[in-house]
Amino acid sequence: MTTTAEAPAKKRSLPWFLEFYNSNVGRKWVMAISGIVGLGFVFFHMFGNLHLYEEPARFDEYAEGLRDFGEPIFSRTLILWIARFGLLAAFAVHVHAGFTLWWKNRKAKPVGYERQQFVEATFASRYMLITGVIVLAFIVYHLAHLTWGLEFLNPSFTRGEARENLIEGLESPITAGWYVVANLALGLHILHGAWSLFQSLGVTHPRFNRWRRNFAVGLTAVIVAGNVSFPIAISTGLVGS
Amino acid sequence: MNLTLKVWRQDGPAAAGRFVMYDATDISPDMSFLEMLDAVNEQLISEGQLPIEFDHDCREGICGTCSLMIDGIPHGPQLSTATCQLHMRKFADGDTITIEPWRAAGFPIVRDLVVDRSAFDRIIEAGGFISVATGSAPDANLMPVPQAAAEAAMDAAACIGCGACVAACPNGAAQLFTAAKVSHLNLLPQGQPERLMRTVNMVDTMEEYFGSCTNIGECTTACPKDISLDFIALMNRDYVRGKVKQRRLTGQRA
Ligand code: FES
Repeated sequence: MTTTAEAPAKKRSLPWFLEFYNSNVGRKWVMAISGIVGLGFVFFHMFGNLHLYEEPARFDEYAEGLRDFGEPIFSRTLILWIARFGLLAAFAVHVHAGFTLWWKNRKAKPVGYERQQFVEATFASRYMLITGVIVLAFIVYHLAHLTWGLEFLNPSFTRGEARENLIEGLESPITAGWYVVANLALGLHILHGAWSLFQSLGVTHPRFNRWRRNFAVGLTAVIVAGNVSFPIAISTGLVGS
Repeated sequence: MNLTLKVWRQDGPAAAGRFVMYDATDISPDMSFLEMLDAVNEQLISEGQLPIEFDHDCREGICGTCSLMIDGIPHGPQLSTATCQLHMRKFADGDTITIEPWRAAGFPIVRDLVVDRSAFDRIIEAGGFISVATGSAPDANLMPVPQAAAEAAMDAAACIGCGACVAACPNGAAQLFTAAKVSHLNLLPQGQPERLMRTVNMVDTMEEYFGSCTNIGECTTACPKDISLDFIALMNRDYVRGKVKQRRLTGQRA
């Protein structure tokens, strides 16, 4: 392919990446990449928590393993903290891009219709902002509840006792119910997001496109089934101390 | 058949609009939707009232001028069909039909059901030129085009620029239109020299007027020509490549 006739050098006032991020298509690309980071995290978070179903000591071993990860090459908790900052950055960018695009889109459609029938649009695709906000609220709550163990949310919290904390934290059906609801919202968010990211990244191929939907549905099913099982198993007493 | 129409009337770009109810009586099921509106307008004119303004030109589904939101779906309930090709037999006697103009910040209302779609012209203009040798007509098949590429380019070129995609999109985004216009050149050998520059310029112009795509897919259902959502992915891909490559090329020039 010839590349002799590209655009002349424009006067750029912003660094390249910010200029890219300033375009909607670029911003959606960034949303897709940060979304993939989030998907990876959510999947392995669910996968790791499956240790709950093994003998009790295994869960705390796993929790401890996350802290020692990379030892002895890296010092204890170093990799954990790098991962945490990476996740936080991806998350912040995802939220920022999501809100700003939503705002731009509102301004692009200031007046709605008296009557509009949606034919193709799914529930999940139309309410990404709402499910996203629920997930955002839940993540803050979940960190306060089981990572920081804030006194007023989780009075019996003991640092290092991951399994005990989880089980006591989810004994109440109300808390367990909120965990289930939040994970269903997460599921809707993933159901659209895990498909939509292919479009945003420009990953399209006639032979492979069918699998983009299947991938999203499958990933959603696995993540939601795993995540929802924990509060249900605990609050019904199937898994106990 | 007899119908009740609930029509958006607006006296000018800045005027406040309102819905007005009209009776459409003695409508033949063989009339097109626009002929039905013509009949209503004849009646209005004979009563000394201002007719309902709506856009139309070819009335054979190829120009993309007709543009009505009918009962909440752009171009009405029969999918893959422009308003002018919709016939009244798709409705039942006694129906109430809601008729609204396209709604989007990029499509300001001119009057009644007529919107200004010149933002689309700005996007096309931003596409610029393609580099081809001019002079006498080239020999047939001098430039080999893969069959699949020719077919895909023709699918994209089917876009008639009516704006139904923007009208259907809750984000007021024009991705499907722009993607079709970008793709029908980008898929062909003749479109290669300016491919990335064209994509970046057209997308940047589009974003001055329209919202952003959330991959909801409502546009492709509303499209009278069934333009595929895949073209949007192709456009996104070329846009990102264009941004990266432009930087590299301009870096080489320093
Ligand atoms: S009037 Fe030309 S497409 Fe409908």
